Amino acid sequence: MAFISSGYNPDKPMTDRITDIGPQKYDLFYPPVIAKNKGKWLYHEIIKPGVLVHVAESGDECYTVRVGGARLMSVTHIREICEIADKHCDGHLRFTTRNNIEFMVDDKAKVEPLVKDLESRKFDGGSFKFPVGGTGAGITNIVHTQGWIHCHTPATDASGPVKATMDVLFDDFQQHRLPAKLRVSLACCLNMCGAVHCSDIAILGYHRKPPLLDHEYLDKMCEIPLAIAACPTAAIKPAKMKVGDKEVKSVAVNNDRCMFCGNCYTMCPSMPLADKEGDGIVIMVGGKVSNRISAPKFSKVVVAFLPNEMPRWESTTACIKKIVEAYSAGANKYERVGEWAERIGWERFFDKCELEFTHHLIDDFRDPAYYTWRQTTQFKF
Amino acid sequence: MAKHATPLLDQLESGPWPSFVSDLKQEAANRAKNPNNVEFQVAQDCVEDLLGILELSFKHGMTHWKHGGIVGVFGYGGGVIGRYCDQPEKFPGVAHFHTMRVAQPGGKYYTTEFLKKLCDLWEFRGSGVTNMHGSTGDIIFIGTSTPQLEEIFYELTHTFNQDLGGSGSNLRTPADCIGSSRCEYSCYDTQAICYDLTQEYQDELHRPAFPYKFKFKFDGCPNCCVASIARADISFVGNWKDDIKIDQEAVAGYIGGEFPANAGDHNGRDWGKFDIEKEVIGLCPTQCMWMDSGKLKIDNKECTRCMHCINVMPRALHIGDDRGCSMLVGAKAPILDGAQMGSLLVPFIKVEEPYDEIKEVIEGIWDWWMEEGKNRERLGELIKRQGFQKLLEATNIKPMAQHVQEPRHNPYIFWKEDEVDGGWDRDINAFRKDHLR
Repeated sequence: MAFISSGYNPDKPMTDRITDIGPQKYDLFYPPVIAKNKGKWLYHEIIKPGVLVHVAESGDECYTVRVGGARLMSVTHIREICEIADKHCDGHLRFTTRNNIEFMVDDKAKVEPLVKDLESRKFDGGSFKFPVGGTGAGITNIVHTQGWIHCHTPATDASGPVKATMDVLFDDFQQHRLPAKLRVSLACCLNMCGAVHCSDIAILGYHRKPPLLDHEYLDKMCEIPLAIAACPTAAIKPAKMKVGDKEVKSVAVNNDRCMFCGNCYTMCPSMPLADKEGDGIVIMVGGKVSNRISAPKFSKVVVAFLPNEMPRWESTTACIKKIVEAYSAGANKYERVGEWAERIGWERFFDKCELEFTHHLIDDFRDPAYYTWRQTTQFKF
Repeated sequence: MAKHATPLLDQLESGPWPSFVSDLKQEAANRAKNPNNVEFQVAQDCVEDLLGILELSFKHGMTHWKHGGIVGVFGYGGGVIGRYCDQPEKFPGVAHFHTMRVAQPGGKYYTTEFLKKLCDLWEFRGSGVTNMHGSTGDIIFIGTSTPQLEEIFYELTHTFNQDLGGSGSNLRTPADCIGSSRCEYSCYDTQAICYDLTQEYQDELHRPAFPYKFKFKFDGCPNCCVASIARADISFVGNWKDDIKIDQEAVAGYIGGEFPANAGDHNGRDWGKFDIEKEVIGLCPTQCMWMDSGKLKIDNKECTRCMHCINVMPRALHIGDDRGCSMLVGAKAPILDGAQMGSLLVPFIKVEEPYDEIKEVIEGIWDWWMEEGKNRERLGELIKRQGFQKLLEATNIKPMAQHVQEPRHNPYIFWKEDEVDGGWDRDINAFRKDHLR
């Protein structure tokens, strides 16, 4: 494979250099019906799961067919998406915040052929390439992070547990039977590139063993003061250590004070936390970002640990399914998971979902912890 | 014949949800076959090795990517994340496998023409594996070698008119919801301001000068579809000041069952006949609605614009005409001092070009944060450490009752000397004249 130059000259990097031009301008890519009716939409309706219509003041209609997809996507797959958009949508498409793909057409007659085409396409392994759904009072695509495919800090994989979970929840991707929308998110470590802390159900990778200390290399790889300062509980202090007969500068960790956040490893590659038995999944529940009816809420930890079970994470998917079914059976129309749990009381939530309440679930991190304890005689037996 | 056996990953090919394993295998086969005679600039079998190393992670229950690696393009401090695997001999195709973040267009609209060209570039100079899209919003290119970084950047800027996104301690690529381009709820043009601020602050986006990451996200209405309120250092949430517009005929249509409630959201279960008293009026958080001789009435002054009634009856109720946004600041995920939701700083501001008033707020915040913020301290943590009052001073915004959920629970007020008559210089001897020792 011979190196082919783009025209860039490494000896003169500034020659013809173009910088700071930003992304493509959004309106270059609008489908004509969007460009024409922007800002003049009257209302929308979901005709059936995965198919929406937006109606404009002009009387124009924009039909959208939403399909799920793995956010990890090859160029071969993207080319197939383009082929579909060329065939049905005059070469336009968009992606949603939750990694769904939206194909838009300007005429109702174009919807069914598009849906048929999308539903007919399967991977060699048998899964759908473009399942139609992800709208309304159901479960849409899981937003997630990189996991083992490309990240250095994860405590679980991302694409694997997401695929396993969506297989289990697939019916709810394609129907509208739940009391309200239910958003599932996954972050493979506490850094939460995926910001799962406000999801109806969050799958969070977490470590449970204190960092290993690579004393021989620690001072060469890391700024020791930065590693010490990175610890939110002041569990790390400087220490001299013996490696063979040599004394080296390193750190010591007070394991009792470690809460396994991994912030030290972010600052110092010689302090890895990952461990097959230690790492696993935390389930958090009841968050939301919408201001609808009640204020946005954080998700709460309801299961402190589930093991990483490759390749299908059975304990995790079974736990999520149980929560979804209890919510579906118990919540009122329009009630999100967190609103349901607050109405019936969290003590009742644990009954209904058949989850064990353990000491891990009582907050003990700084001042906000106090506000999560019960300061009333109002509780349920 | 696959280069590495992947018995664990193979089990993720079954089931209905699109299988990333099947897709990666499809890409590996495409590169092996190479029907378009691409002169691959990184290992032809790199996707095979990616599958191989992922299988090893499934076996070991741990990642096989090393920590960091400082690579990038000349003059930028972000947009490229160095990535090396810890088993380079077994998996040489992914030994150097860097990520590039490519700034996404607003609303994530694309033409196939643009996407196909992007695919050609990434197949030629990288692994052909992407994220559409990353969590922050960028198009993510997963896996290329160091010498290709400048080549890709050169092609992006010269032939695609396209820049990289943000990473590291700088402004991250701003992201928006679909906004008024296809949503009747949107109180402002999310794409227009997202694009304008992205262009205005290119320097802040590419050259890290901040204490830590900084995110802008634009939600067109309080439904918050891009979750700005949970994850943006400054979240712009569409809002309006005047009355909700009511089409009484359409209200009657919902009551009569002519239109499906909540735009058809709930049509997969029999919830019984639509009941406006129970489903709309009874759920209104401020109880500011009622029916009067078959007409829906709203006491708009008491409305907090939660969107519920509009969501339930989108044909009948519409956002007001005096539109703008609310700015909330300081949201972040738990790392490090716990999660924070955005706190309301500007209850209402017009969103109109050239957005000078908004930029003034942004720059006031940045000046304060860059002066006072500690290394890796997010804005929300600085506000907690120094107090909301300091944020108000930095942005020259008058305190108002809208800023708090409720007033403080303690009288530990940091009175300023000029607020107290006579100041703090007092004479102990004068005091002792009336108060013996």
